[in-house]
Amino acid sequence: MLGRDHEPSDIERRRTMEQSRALPTEVDLSRPSAARVYDYFLGGAHNFEIDRQLAQQIAAMTPNLADTMRAGRAFLRRAVAELTRLGVDQYLDIGSGIPTVGNVHEVAQGINPKARIVYVDIDPVAVAHSRSILEDNPLTAVIQADVRDPAHILSEARETGLLDFTKPIGVLLAGIVHFVPDSDDPDRLMAALRDAVPPGSYLVISHSTYEDQPQEMLDAQKLSARTATEITLRSKAQVSAYFGDWELLEPGVVHMPLWRPDSPDDVDDQPERFGAFGGVARKPAAG
Amino acid sequence: MALSAPEISTSGAQRYAGRWTHAIARRAFVPMTSEQVQELLTGHAVRLAQALAAEEFSAEPAREVGRALVEANLTEPDTLGWSLRALTEHLVDDVVPGLALPDQAARLTRLQAALAEGFAWALRDRTFAQQERISRSAWEARNEAEQALRDSEARFRAVFSGAAIGIGIGDLTGQIVDVNQSFADMLGYSRDELRELNVSTLFHDGDAPGIWELYEDLIEGKRDRVRIEKRYFRKDGSELWTDLAVTLIRHDDGRPRFTVAMVQDITERYALQQRLRFQALHDPLTGLPNRTLFFERLEAVLQDREHDRRVGVCFLDLDGFKAINDALGHDVGDQLLIVVARRLAEAGAGAGHLVARMGGDEFVILVEDVDEEGTAIEVAESALRAVADPVYIGANQLAVSASVGVVDRFVTEGTAADLMKAADTTLYWAKAEGGRGRWARYDPERAAREATSTALAAALPAALARDEFVVEYQPIVSLGNGGMRAVEALIRWQHPTLGLLSPDQFIGLAEETGLIIRLGQWVLERSCAEAGRWHKEFPRARLMVSVNLSARQVSDPEIVDQVAGALRHSGLPPDLLQLELTESALMAPGGEPVRALRRLASTGVRLAIDDFGTGYSNLAYLRQLPIHTLKLAGPFVDGMRAQDPASVVAERIVDALVRLAHALGLSVTAESVETLEQVERLTALGCDSGQGRHFGTPAAPATIAELLRSAEMPGG
Ligand SMILES: C[S@@+](CC[C@H](N)C(=O)[O-])C[C@H]1O[C@@H](n2cnc3c(N)ncnc32)[C@H](O)[C@@H]1O
Repeated sequence: MLGRDHEPSDIERRRTMEQSRALPTEVDLSRPSAARVYDYFLGGAHNFEIDRQLAQQIAAMTPNLADTMRAGRAFLRRAVAELTRLGVDQYLDIGSGIPTVGNVHEVAQGINPKARIVYVDIDPVAVAHSRSILEDNPLTAVIQADVRDPAHILSEARETGLLDFTKPIGVLLAGIVHFVPDSDDPDRLMAALRDAVPPGSYLVISHSTYEDQPQEMLDAQKLSARTATEITLRSKAQVSAYFGDWELLEPGVVHMPLWRPDSPDDVDDQPERFGAFGGVARKPAAG
Repeated sequence: MALSAPEISTSGAQRYAGRWTHAIARRAFVPMTSEQVQELLTGHAVRLAQALAAEEFSAEPAREVGRALVEANLTEPDTLGWSLRALTEHLVDDVVPGLALPDQAARLTRLQAALAEGFAWALRDRTFAQQERISRSAWEARNEAEQALRDSEARFRAVFSGAAIGIGIGDLTGQIVDVNQSFADMLGYSRDELRELNVSTLFHDGDAPGIWELYEDLIEGKRDRVRIEKRYFRKDGSELWTDLAVTLIRHDDGRPRFTVAMVQDITERYALQQRLRFQALHDPLTGLPNRTLFFERLEAVLQDREHDRRVGVCFLDLDGFKAINDALGHDVGDQLLIVVARRLAEAGAGAGHLVARMGGDEFVILVEDVDEEGTAIEVAESALRAVADPVYIGANQLAVSASVGVVDRFVTEGTAADLMKAADTTLYWAKAEGGRGRWARYDPERAAREATSTALAAALPAALARDEFVVEYQPIVSLGNGGMRAVEALIRWQHPTLGLLSPDQFIGLAEETGLIIRLGQWVLERSCAEAGRWHKEFPRARLMVSVNLSARQVSDPEIVDQVAGALRHSGLPPDLLQLELTESALMAPGGEPVRALRRLASTGVRLAIDDFGTGYSNLAYLRQLPIHTLKLAGPFVDGMRAQDPASVVAERIVDALVRLAHALGLSVTAESVETLEQVERLTALGCDSGQGRHFGTPAAPATIAELLRSAEMPGG
């Protein structure tokens, strides 16, 4: 009569898995958020006391970090501008954060007013904020989803009706993959995203690294654990692998400021001090 | 004034903007290329310079520049500092070199103030706006989350209160926290009453062992779900059967938090199950347990092997039930079965025995404990007595009887199926013993014998196909001159495991199964072939072969063709073939055998009556038959012994038989001749020939050929 029971260990396993995938059901404003800390570093005021405290703590330990974030945002701007000039007119921006200024839609629509953008973030406040900003922009949509659940992201993105999955799509993963720990198998997630888009699509990734970094930089990363997620620093080889067999655009996976700078003057004497790699690759034709 | 004003230098403005860009671009995030920033700042530089040099001074453009810096996200405090300083330090030199207005210093100060104000206002506005926006977003996100929570709570509430299934929530002490109306209704309590209870008060005596241990495991977090069938007492004391699923709900960190029970009322289903189970285990006509239940019980008894327990089974079957059914109809038959069932049940159940109906008119009584003395037989006898009283059905008075097969044995001696097979066999014995109202008790040795016979009978056809039979030949010798006149063909079975079997071990079986026809034909052909070879080799011996025909062969219409065929194939002259028939084969009614014998005789073969004197031959009838020889049955010759007073009688009988035969023109062969003395007496009585150990035992064909060869030799 009790034969229908499951093994407890089984249930245990499933339960924890389900939990890790569930989106936050509560909005906990007593904890800092990565999106709002990032906004602070970019000079925005879309943040709360708790976020600023953390940001100042990080800044005190490593003054470079603010520069890193600005450099990351600038990399994203250059990459999107480049892709839009190459003809890409639809973007899936995963981990989009709180768009203060220089958002993907501003950059892309500044070049091609018909460009469509679907923003994805896990942070409910960031999502609500994006929605309020984008209210009047019919060519954009915002999805609350977890990058670790690509199937969910893709089905929601299809649902918006903004993206045509038979045409090239720019998939943007700027400053987010380092929030995915190895235990969540980022290689698999990246592969799922690469597989979902047609040839001619582009993948943009920027990712923090431990390569060539001073110790205080590495310590600062640990502080990030206070936000919703800890950061996992990865090597250039690991980041390059996320592009799979796609063709990297020149100059490949490099320290961010080195990626197609607006002018040679913009490049810092020590581009490695920004502590993150950036790269862009194109999906080859099938076969 | 305007004429005297120095020109605004475009390249100067660019230089100024270059310094500016360099100073601030790295301090703030600017969503533009540095070229774009410089272009923007060049514009600002020109506007500032124009404002400074304007005929009618206004600080307003500086205010706008301050605001524009903020709008371009150039909001770092350093940016403001540099911008203000540069106004006094570089604007005139870079952009309007040589400008020298009287109120120039005051103008610059006012421009500085306006730019700072514009910047501050814009920054303040922007900060307020962004703060408001993010607060609103946080609020909305929270609202949405809470709304989602409220929605899911409302959905849960709706499910909870509207569900037909009973739902109860308990804390880890077992205290019931809440139940829905369905649960309360099922148990006959109000919800408030139930909320006062602890689940332990819902314990039921009939709860399956281990239920509460499962519950303990659950609240200790060792398992997440338990599903059982459980009984409850309703408030009014009646019983409720439920299908109960209890699930553990945990805190986020995995600690047990509370339990949720889902209860479904399966009382009706359960009652139906019970009813179905009863129906499945009982005979609808008589209400007695059926064979399924009987076997369940029997199996249970056989499982109980602790001590040297004996179990008994009485297998009972009405005598002549089919006749009653046929004569009086099935309704009467059914009524009879009902009465018999009731009587058996009364007789058996009183003593605690299970009485079941196996089907048809077969009943079985399980005697769970018997001794070796035959308690089971007492049960059988009381059953027979119970059945024997007359039964009145409508106008009919029926005298009924039954037969019983009784088996009793140790529970360790075989399976239920073995036991019932034995009971079946025993019932058959009881019936075969010929009468009504009898019982028989199982006899393992008899059963073993019968089993062997059955196995042999089953093996016969294959044995014939595999050529496992052989024919041996026993000499028949002339009492007059001592010469071998004939041989009797005797079949043997060279059984692969049992060794050489004599005909009395299998001919009876062959007759029962009808295989005797094929077996007999095989012997006939084999013997004729052998005799044909002897005749070819030793024509002067004129050795006859004598072959037994069974009654079934005699009545087989093809026998004449078969005999003729055997002669044709072997080339044996017909008068060298003798067919031996038993008296019973001749006595079949209807005159058929006579016709068959005539036709056989017409082929020219000789006919003999085997074992003469054991049957009741009608001598007058004998006269009409085309017989040539009588073979005197063994017992007559056996009786002829010296010093035995009875031998005088035997001798007289043989004397009379020989005379009778000779009077009918028949020759006489004596069987079972074992001693020289017997030979002498038989010779004295005029008996023609003899057969028996004295003259030789059955032998292989080669041995016979050897005898013929030596007889041919001079002096042999
Ligand atoms: C550093 S910001 C990057 C913003 C923007 N992409 C850029 O490069 O300027 C990282 C964003 O990723 C979001 N994020 C972190 N973990 C995430 C996850 N598992 N799924 C989706 N978004 C996530 C955070 O909420 C945050 O807004």
